[in-house]
Amino acid sequence: MLIRRVLLGGVTVCIVSLIIFAGVEMLPGDACTQFLGEYQADEELLAQCRKDLDLNRPAIDRFAEWTQGAITGDLGLAADGTTKISTIVGDRLKNSLLLAFCAMAVGIPLALLLGVVSGLWRDRLPDIIASTLAIFAMTIPEFVSATLLILVLSVWLGWLPGIVLTSAAAPASEFFPEILLPVIVLSFVMCAHIMRMVRSSVIDVMASDYVQMATLKGVPYWQMVFRHALPNALLPAINVVALTIAWLLGGVVVIEVVFNYPGLGRLMIDSISDRNLPVVQSIALIVASVYVCVNLAADLLTMIANPKLRTMYMRK
Amino acid sequence: MTVSSTSHQQEHGRFMTVMKDILARPSGLIGLTLVLFHILLALLSPSIAPYDFKLQNSSLMLSPPSSEHWLGADHLGRDILSRTLMGGREALLVTGIATPLAVIWGGFIGILFGLVGGRVDEVLMRIVDAFLSLPWILKMLVLIVTFGTGIGVLIPTLTFFYGIPVIRVARAATHDIIARDFVWAAKARGHSRISIIWRELLPNVLDTLMVEGAMRWSWMLLAFSSLSFLGFGVSPPIPDWGLMISDARGFMSFAPWGVIAPVIGLSSLIIGINLSADALAKALGIDRAQKAPM
Amino acid sequence: MPQSPFIDIKNLSVGYTSRSGKTIPVLRDVNLSITRGDSIGLVGESGSGKSTLALAAMGYFKRGLHVISGQVQFDGIDMLNIERNALQRLRGGRLALIPQNSGQSLTPNLRIGQQITEALRLHSDLPATSFDAGVIDLLSQVRLPDPVGLTDRYPHELSGGQQQRVAIAMALASNPEALLLDEPTTGLDVTTQAHIMELLRDLAKDRNLAMLYVSHDLGAIARVCNKVMVMYAGETVLTGSAKQVLLSPRHPYAHGLLASIPRLNETSLPQALDGRPPMPSETIMGCAFADRCKLADRTCYSSSPPLNHLETGEAVRCFHHDQIGQLNQKTEKSARSNPVAADKDTALSLANLAVSYSRPRLLSKLFALQDTPPSTVDRITIDIKKGETLGLVGESGSGKSTILKTIAGMVPAQSGNIILNQTEPLDTMVEKRPAAYLRQVQIIFQNPDDSLNPRHTVAQILAQPLRLYYGLSGTPLRDRSIAILEQVRLGEHYLERLPSQLSGGEKQRVAIARAFAADPEIILCDEVTSALDVSVQAAVLDLLDVLKRQDGTTYIFVSHDLAVVKAISDRVAVLYQGRICEIGPVAAVYSAPFHPYTDALLGAVLEPDPDVAPRLKADDAVELSPPNLGCPFQRRCPRKLGSICETNIPTAQEIAPGHIIHCHISQVDL
Ligand SMILES: Nc1ncnc2c1ncn2[C@@H]1O[C@H](COP(=O)(O)OP(=O)(O)OP(=O)(O)O)[C@@H](O)[C@H]1O
Ligand code: SF4
Ligand code: SF4
Ligand SMILES: [Mg+2]
Repeated sequence: MLIRRVLLGGVTVCIVSLIIFAGVEMLPGDACTQFLGEYQADEELLAQCRKDLDLNRPAIDRFAEWTQGAITGDLGLAADGTTKISTIVGDRLKNSLLLAFCAMAVGIPLALLLGVVSGLWRDRLPDIIASTLAIFAMTIPEFVSATLLILVLSVWLGWLPGIVLTSAAAPASEFFPEILLPVIVLSFVMCAHIMRMVRSSVIDVMASDYVQMATLKGVPYWQMVFRHALPNALLPAINVVALTIAWLLGGVVVIEVVFNYPGLGRLMIDSISDRNLPVVQSIALIVASVYVCVNLAADLLTMIANPKLRTMYMRK
Repeated sequence: MTVSSTSHQQEHGRFMTVMKDILARPSGLIGLTLVLFHILLALLSPSIAPYDFKLQNSSLMLSPPSSEHWLGADHLGRDILSRTLMGGREALLVTGIATPLAVIWGGFIGILFGLVGGRVDEVLMRIVDAFLSLPWILKMLVLIVTFGTGIGVLIPTLTFFYGIPVIRVARAATHDIIARDFVWAAKARGHSRISIIWRELLPNVLDTLMVEGAMRWSWMLLAFSSLSFLGFGVSPPIPDWGLMISDARGFMSFAPWGVIAPVIGLSSLIIGINLSADALAKALGIDRAQKAPM
Repeated sequence: MPQSPFIDIKNLSVGYTSRSGKTIPVLRDVNLSITRGDSIGLVGESGSGKSTLALAAMGYFKRGLHVISGQVQFDGIDMLNIERNALQRLRGGRLALIPQNSGQSLTPNLRIGQQITEALRLHSDLPATSFDAGVIDLLSQVRLPDPVGLTDRYPHELSGGQQQRVAIAMALASNPEALLLDEPTTGLDVTTQAHIMELLRDLAKDRNLAMLYVSHDLGAIARVCNKVMVMYAGETVLTGSAKQVLLSPRHPYAHGLLASIPRLNETSLPQALDGRPPMPSETIMGCAFADRCKLADRTCYSSSPPLNHLETGEAVRCFHHDQIGQLNQKTEKSARSNPVAADKDTALSLANLAVSYSRPRLLSKLFALQDTPPSTVDRITIDIKKGETLGLVGESGSGKSTILKTIAGMVPAQSGNIILNQTEPLDTMVEKRPAAYLRQVQIIFQNPDDSLNPRHTVAQILAQPLRLYYGLSGTPLRDRSIAILEQVRLGEHYLERLPSQLSGGEKQRVAIARAFAADPEIILCDEVTSALDVSVQAAVLDLLDVLKRQDGTTYIFVSHDLAVVKAISDRVAVLYQGRICEIGPVAAVYSAPFHPYTDALLGAVLEPDPDVAPRLKADDAVELSPPNLGCPFQRRCPRKLGSICETNIPTAQEIAPGHIIHCHISQVDL
C-alpha cells in the first residue's frame, strides 16, 4: 500500500512533466520566435537559432533529455541561451521557502489553536469572532488584505516596511523585518481554511459516542479533550495542512507581487511575460513535485497517526 | 389525541423548502441579499452611474471625496463612484458564464468516470492530480499571455481549469451514490443505465454539484480579480475592481479613497457568495468546511 | 425493611428548545427509584426517552437537552447541582455506564489497556504499579480470551462482542455500586448476546449492584431485571415487577408491545400494534397512547390519565386498566397462511450455488499461487415451491444477504445454477437477464433509508416498476399506485411525500409496495424488519403475510432473528459460514433432533419471560472465514466428533421427509 502510494505519486509527476512539456510545445511560436522578436521573419536567422538551441530534433528526444536533466538537477538553459536555469531558480526557491516556512511557523499553530478553541466553544464568543474572521480571510482576495495592511501598518502607522527591497540573492537574514508583512498576510489567509476544517472536525468528535463515554467515565474535561478528542479530531486536518503547505511553496504569486518579494512566484510571472518558457517549465516541474511530495507525506503521516490504518498494514 | 404540527402542513416544492431554509439563516439572508444587490447593480449601473467611467478630468486627479464626486477621483481624474459601481460587471459576466460551464463539464466527466471505474478511471484521476498540482496562476497565465486577454480567452480558460477539481468531487459523489441500495434496487429491476443515471444518480449528485458550483464561483472571482490586479484580466479603460485597486495602490499614502471603494465592492460580493454557499450547503446537509480548496 | 432508594429521580422533565424557540419536552414528569440489589428494566419504543432518562441518572444531558424541572439524586447527592470534581469522581466511579454501541464508545486512538488503565487511575486506589495486573484481572473477569494480548489491541481490532465485554470491564474497574446499561447487546448475534446477558446477571448478583437496564428487547430485560418500567412518549406508563409487567401487563401499550413480539413457542404471527408514537414536538391532549389504543374512549382523548398506584405494587397510567382483560378477547390471533402443498411446482431452484468475493490478486495470478480462500457461500442447493416462504437464518456474516444478492443478479455466482420456474436458467449478471424474468424476482432491502431514493416522492418510487414493466403512465399509473399503496395500508395522500417525511415503518411499507408493484412471483426479503421497532415489525410481518395470501407470492426471507423467521416461514434453512447446516419444515427444524448449530442458536434466544432461561451451548467466538475442509461449524461445535469433522464434508441425512441435517453425528444420536 505504501509502495503503491509512492508509485502513484511518481506517476503523477511523470504526467505533470508530460503536460508541461506538451503544453509548451503546443503553444504557438517557440523559444526562437520569441528570442528573435521582430527578426523572426528572417527565415535564415530562425533556422540558425533553432539549430543552435537544438529545436529541430523530435519532441520526444528533447523531452527525454529534459527529464533526464531534471532528475539530475540540471534544468538546462534559459531562453537567452546562456544563463543556467538552476542558478536563477535557486535563489528564488530559497526565498520562497523562507517565506513559506515563516508563514507556516506562524499560521499552522495559530490555525490549529483557533480551530480547536472555536470547536470547543462552539457558537460562543471566541467561536463567533474566529469564524467571522475566517470568513473574511477566506473571501477577501490576498491583494486586498495585503493592500489594506500596508495602508494601515506601514503607511499610516509606519510600524513595518511595506515592500521588500532586498535583492534576490541576499542571505535569508537580510529579509527581516521586510518579510514580516507578507508573513502576516499569508498566515491570515492560510489560517482560515485549516481553522474551519479543524473546527468542524472538533465539533464532530466532541459529539461522538467515545467522547460522551469518556465524560461519563469521569475523565476530567481537559484530560478528555487532550487524550480522547484531539488526537482523533486533528487527523483529518493533516491533509488540509498539506494542501496549504503545497500552496505556500507553490509560489504565492499575488503576495510576492504586492510586496515586491523576490520569490518563485514573481519569477514565474516575469518569465511568463517574457515568454522565457524553459524557466516556466522548470518552475512548473518544481512546484508540481513539491505538491506531490507534500501530499504523499501527508498520506504517510495519516497512515502512521491513525491506528486503524497503521494496524491494517502492520499486523498483516 | 395528537395534533401533528408538521405532517398536515402544505407540501412545498423542494426548491422552496431549500430556499426557505437558506433565508432562515442569517448567513443565507445576508449572503443572498448581497449577491442579488450586486447582480442588480451590474445590470443597472450603466444607467445609474453619475459620470462616464472613462471621462478623464486632469483637474480632478486624485481629488478627495466631494459633493460632486462622492468618492473622489482616481489618478486620471475619473469619478471613482461611477467606476466602482460598474467595476463588477466584467467579473460577474465572466465568472457567471464560466462557473456553470465548469460545473457542467467537470460534473459530466466526473460522473462518467465514476460510473465507468476501473483502469480508465485510475488514469483519469492521475491526470486530474497532475493538473491540480500545477499552480492555477501558472496554468492560466501561460494561456492568457499566449492568446491574449479578453472575455474570449478568459471564459474558456477559467471554465477549463475550474472544471478539473469538479471532476474529483463529482466522481466521489457518484461513487457514494452508486453503492447505495436504491441504485442496486434499480439495477435489479432491470432499468437501463441511462434511466438509472438520470433518475437515481443525478438528482442526488446535483446537490453536491450545486454547493460545489457556489464555492467555485467565489474562488473563480478571487482568481479573476487577482488576474486583473496583476494586469492580465480586464483591459483598461473598462473599470474593474482588481485593476482599480492595483492602479490606486501607488497613491495609497495620500489618496486612500481610491483603494477603499473598490475593496468594499469586491469583498462584499465575494463574502456574499461565500455566505450563500455556506447556507446552501447547510440547507442541503453537506459539510462545507470539510472541503479543502484546490 | 425497605431500603432507601440509591438512585432517585423525582418528577424529572427534560426538553430541548426548538428552532422556533419553544421548549419541547422529551421526558415528562418521570419518577424512578432504584435500591441496591435492584435491577430495573426500562423499555419503550425508539424515541420514548429511555436513554435520556438513563443518562440523566448520571447528571448528564446530551447537547441541546436541558432539565425543565425535577430532581436527580444518587445516594442522597443532588446530581443536578453538584460540584464538577465531585461529579467526575462519581461518574465512572460509584456510578458506571455501559454504553449502547461499544464499537463507537471506545476511543479509537487508545489501546484497550490504556483505556482501562485510565479508569483504574481515576477511580481505584490501586497503586500505579499494579495497574497492568488490574487490567488483566478485569479482562479475565469478563471472560475475554487472552487478556494479556488484548491490552495491546486497538478497539477496531476486536469483534462487537469483545468490544462490549471491554466496555463492561471498564465499567467494573472502579467497583461501581450502580450500573447503567444502555442497550448493551443491541446489534450483537444471539449467541453473543446470551453470553453477555449471563455475565451481567452474575455480576449483578455477586456485587449487589443497583442496575438500570435500558432496552427495547424484552427478552434481555426478562433475563436480568426484577422490575420493569415501560415508557411511552416521554412518560412512565407502567411499572411493576418483571413478572407482572411481562406476563400480565396492566397497560394497553405494554400489552400491545408484548403481543407484537414473535416467540419461539408460538406458530402464529405476532400481533401488530398499529400507528406510531407521537413526535415530541406534537401537542398531546389526553392520553398519548389514545390514537393506538383499542380501549380508548372519550375520556381518554380529553384528559390525561394519572399514574395510578395499585395494591399489587404496580403503577399504571390508564383510565381503564381494570378492563385490560378485554384486550385478550378482542384480538384473536391472526392465523398464519397455510403451509404449501408439497406437490406445487418449483418456483426457484438453487443448484450447488457458490459465491466468492475474493478475487485472485495480481501477484498470485502471475505466480499461479494456489492460496484461494474458501468460497464465502458454497454448496447451496434448495428448491423453493410456488407460494412458499423459505426462511434463511444465521448469525452475522453467515452469507444470508450474499445468497439473496446472487439470486437477484447483483453478485456473480462462482459456480452453480439459479433456475426459475423449473426450466429457465437465470444468468448470474442482472444485465443479461431478459426483462420478463426480471419482473418475476423482486428484492426488499434491510434499511429503507438506503433503499429508497431520498429525492423521489412515493409516487415516483412506485412509478418506476409500473412504467418499466407495464408501461403505465398518466391516470392509470396514478390509479394503480393508489391501489398498491392501499394494499400496504397507506393512504393516497402519501403519494407526494418524500422518504424523509415518513416514519421507519412507513418507509418499509413503501419499499414493499414497490416490490409488489411488479406483481412478482418471487420476493427476496433481506432483514426487512431489523431496522424497525418490534411493534412496527409485527405490522410489516402481518402485511407480508396478507399480501402473500392474496397473490400467492413466493418469499425468501432472510433474518438473524429466529423467532421472526419461525413466525413467517414454511420452511427454514439454517446457515453457518455460507453453508447449509439444516433445512426443513419450520416445525421440524425448531424441534429435536437438531443440528448442533441450530441447537446452539435456539438455546441462546432470550424469551420475554422471566421464567425461561437460555441454554448456552457453543461459545460466541466470531469466525471470519469458513474452514478449508470438513464441517463449517467444526471450530465452535460442542459435540464435535473428532478429525472426521475437520476433513470430511458432513453428509446430508434425511431425518424426516424434507428435513435434512448436515452432520457426521448419526441420526439416532442427534
Ligand atoms: N440532543 C438532543 N436534542 C434534541 N432532541 C433530542 C436530543 N437527543 C434526543 N432527543 C429526542 O429525545 C427523544 C428521546 O430520545 P432518547 O434517545 O432518550 O430515546 P430512546 O428511547 O433511548 O430511543 P432509542 O431506542 O432509539 O435509543 C427523541 O424524540 C429524540 O429525538
Ligand atoms: S387511558 Fe385510555 S387511551 Fe390511554 S391507554 Fe388507557 S385506555 Fe388507552
Ligand atoms: S459435523 Fe462435526 S463439527 Fe460439524 S456439526 Fe456435526 S458434529 Fe459438529
Ligand atoms: Mg437509546
